[in-house]
Amino acid sequence: MTYRVHVRVMPRTGLLDPQGQAVEHALSALGFAEAGGVRVGRAIQLEVAAPSRADAEARARQMCDKLLANPVTEDYLLEVEES
Amino acid sequence: MLNVAVVRFPGSNCDFDALRAAEAVGANSYLVWHRDTDLRKADVVILPGGFSYGDYLRSGAIARFSPVMQAVQRHAAEGGAVLGICNGFQILCEAHLLPGALMRNAGLHFVSKPVDVTVERNDTPFTTDYAVGQRLRLPVAHGDGRFLATDDTLRMLEAEGRVVLRYVAETEDSPYQPNPNGSAAHIAGIRNAGGNVVGVMPHPERAADPVLGLADGRGFFTSMAAWKPQPSTAKVLSR
Repeated sequence: MTYRVHVRVMPRTGLLDPQGQAVEHALSALGFAEAGGVRVGRAIQLEVAAPSRADAEARARQMCDKLLANPVTEDYLLEVEES
Repeated sequence: MLNVAVVRFPGSNCDFDALRAAEAVGANSYLVWHRDTDLRKADVVILPGGFSYGDYLRSGAIARFSPVMQAVQRHAAEGGAVLGICNGFQILCEAHLLPGALMRNAGLHFVSKPVDVTVERNDTPFTTDYAVGQRLRLPVAHGDGRFLATDDTLRMLEAEGRVVLRYVAETEDSPYQPNPNGSAAHIAGIRNAGGNVVGVMPHPERAADPVLGLADGRGFFTSMAAWKPQPSTAKVLSR
């Protein structure tokens, strides 16, 4: 089976996110004063061949821990779907 | 003669500066390609500045997995000296040879200018020719230089005296602002537990000759030239 994995990597809550701040300022300058709490992360999509959804998720989690996210500064969320 | 291997990754751009700065203190310095697995009897390894692998994913994240880094890991584990400068510091953190991480500068801008730092430790292979508390003026050039670690790690670094360089507060004779990137505890450079692996964001190799306008960084290389491997540091491999 092939599974499509969506990984969302975000700067860890509480850490200063200067990119998010800059985007928030830009939104405000464009007249979107109601926008707040902007944070900028990274989305990664990949396909994983695995015998089951649980296996695909377990492998994807290892990929995140080893490479796709930096555990010191980032958190990640995984979504797995059949492709 | 001291053998100094300067690792060249795709995107390194301070490799020749490091090579020349090592040559200038009498070392036998040479480039090692990122695909090589042999450091050719290196006493010292320098991971130079630049933008290895285009900084894809995160600065240093891909370089960490290049074949040469396994040799660098072994070299460090055996007590060999390693200096990571700028992108080299980022790679050492990603490779877990040093703790913490280097994030996007707090001000978001790429910062390229001289800064003032103080030397906090003069018992590393690269700082013996400085006095503790000595103030240096060195160039920085980075977008991801904000040193960050967990509170526990920061406490450990301070308790074990592992901060090597710290950005220093502005004074009358310095026009440069302290802490150009928002680093925790004004940290500009750290060492590992064994003391043989050092990472710094400022560029001593770009300030190693009076003709460059700044020469405060030359001490990194004269220290290195005089350094003798300490058997007691061997087998120490710790973040």
